[in-house]
Amino acid sequence: MTGLSVPAVWRGRIHRYRLVAGKCNSCGRIHYPPSHSCPHCGSRGLAEVELPRMGRLVSYSIVYSVPSESRSKAPVILGLVDLGVARVISEITDAGPEDISVGMQVEAVFRRITEDGETGVLVYGVKFRPVKEA
Amino acid sequence: MPQPRPETATGIHGWGVYVPRFRIKMEYIAREWGWSDSQWKALAMIEKAVAGPDEDSTTMGLEAAAYALKRAGVDPGDVGAVFFGTESKPYAVKPSATIIAEALGVTPVTMASDLEFACRAASEGLRASLGLVASGMIKYAIVIGSDTAQANPGDVLEFTASSGAAAYVVGPSSGSAAVFEGSYTYVTDTPDFWRREGSPYPRHGEGFTGEPAYFAHIIGAVRGLMDNLGFKPSDFKYAVFHQPNGRFPLKVGEMLGFKPEQLKAGIVTPLIGNTYNGSALIGLARILDNAAPGDRVLVAPFGSGAGSDAYSIIVTDAIEEKRGKAPKVDELVSKKIMIDYSTYAKFRNMIKIVRE
Ligand SMILES: [Zn+2]
Repeated sequence: MTGLSVPAVWRGRIHRYRLVAGKCNSCGRIHYPPSHSCPHCGSRGLAEVELPRMGRLVSYSIVYSVPSESRSKAPVILGLVDLGVARVISEITDAGPEDISVGMQVEAVFRRITEDGETGVLVYGVKFRPVKEA
Repeated sequence: MPQPRPETATGIHGWGVYVPRFRIKMEYIAREWGWSDSQWKALAMIEKAVAGPDEDSTTMGLEAAAYALKRAGVDPGDVGAVFFGTESKPYAVKPSATIIAEALGVTPVTMASDLEFACRAASEGLRASLGLVASGMIKYAIVIGSDTAQANPGDVLEFTASSGAAAYVVGPSSGSAAVFEGSYTYVTDTPDFWRREGSPYPRHGEGFTGEPAYFAHIIGAVRGLMDNLGFKPSDFKYAVFHQPNGRFPLKVGEMLGFKPEQLKAGIVTPLIGNTYNGSALIGLARILDNAAPGDRVLVAPFGSGAGSDAYSIIVTDAIEEKRGKAPKVDELVSKKIMIDYSTYAKFRNMIKIVRE
């Protein structure tokens, strides 16, 4: 992939790095990533909240055909993670299809999300991975 | 009246380690490149940690730093310096320290920089932090050592070059888990190991890496520290050194007069490999995971090029309540996913994928 917008990557950094979500002052619901208005009621009165870093995998999708820059991660697992106060969509890392199941506990980790070609900007942020017993 | 050492005003408030989950056994590397088993057995190695395809020194460093901050219980706003020591920078130009500082919530009023001195860059950051804290210029510093160490495929270095990170929150001695008693640095221009600009893998001076580099510099730093403080090896409960393999730290310890039981608690390289800037600092973290109040610890990182720092620290009562606040080294080492050589080669970018 090339042509990522550097300003957009920069503006979203705090949300990606610290798992910061939008909390609606009118209906109280939380959404991630935060947007300019509440996706539930449309209110523009929003506060920022840090989300919990442990959750459960509610559902997932396995992407076998991926762009060349993601090939070393293939297949890529996209998960819907329930954090209690909100649900987030995230890549599930450190795991293959045989390692995951609905309901399993997952934890937030800081990873490279993507990169803009071989010379462009690196995009960092939170992903989730299975919590493993020692 | 002698002036008190500035170091005694400083201490470790938190420590944290990150080890990626993937491991490769030495047998696989030996088989791939036609080495005999005696080669890696002589290095006292079992397996090494491998960073996943979405991990790098910045991501691992952030995880270690977040754990260290958890143990420290310090407000990120009170951190006045973030020093990131690595020899595997994701960007050749652009600091990783600012990414980590931002993710931790330390920005914008802080010093932040990436340091380079092979495997002892983070240790230079640690020594600088002692000065900054002792002088009162800053309250807390976060020092991170993190590497995804590179080795030319088939080079003997490939048995040990691994991935991992350690981080420390340094602050005033009061309230800290371990107080510094003194520090000492010993450097010379010694070309034992290097990587030229633009070159993907380091070169090393074969037999030259041992005697005039690793051993001479660690011995120089440790003897200098012990002379300054009037200590002898038996005054320390534990000693931990840079560990490029499983054998060197035992040998340098023995040369300095330490006993195996003082050295064993800090040796982690046989199970995870040489994590470069993380190496001695992960060993120290394992000691802090288990140490008792009153224990005196000697720590001496080493970096090629070459130099070593020696520190003496005394563990305090505060260690007990901090220990359980983040994962211990043994827990991180035991959570592993075994991979074969081809997966390792893919994860470490040793297989060329043409970008479409
Ligand atoms: Zn709303």
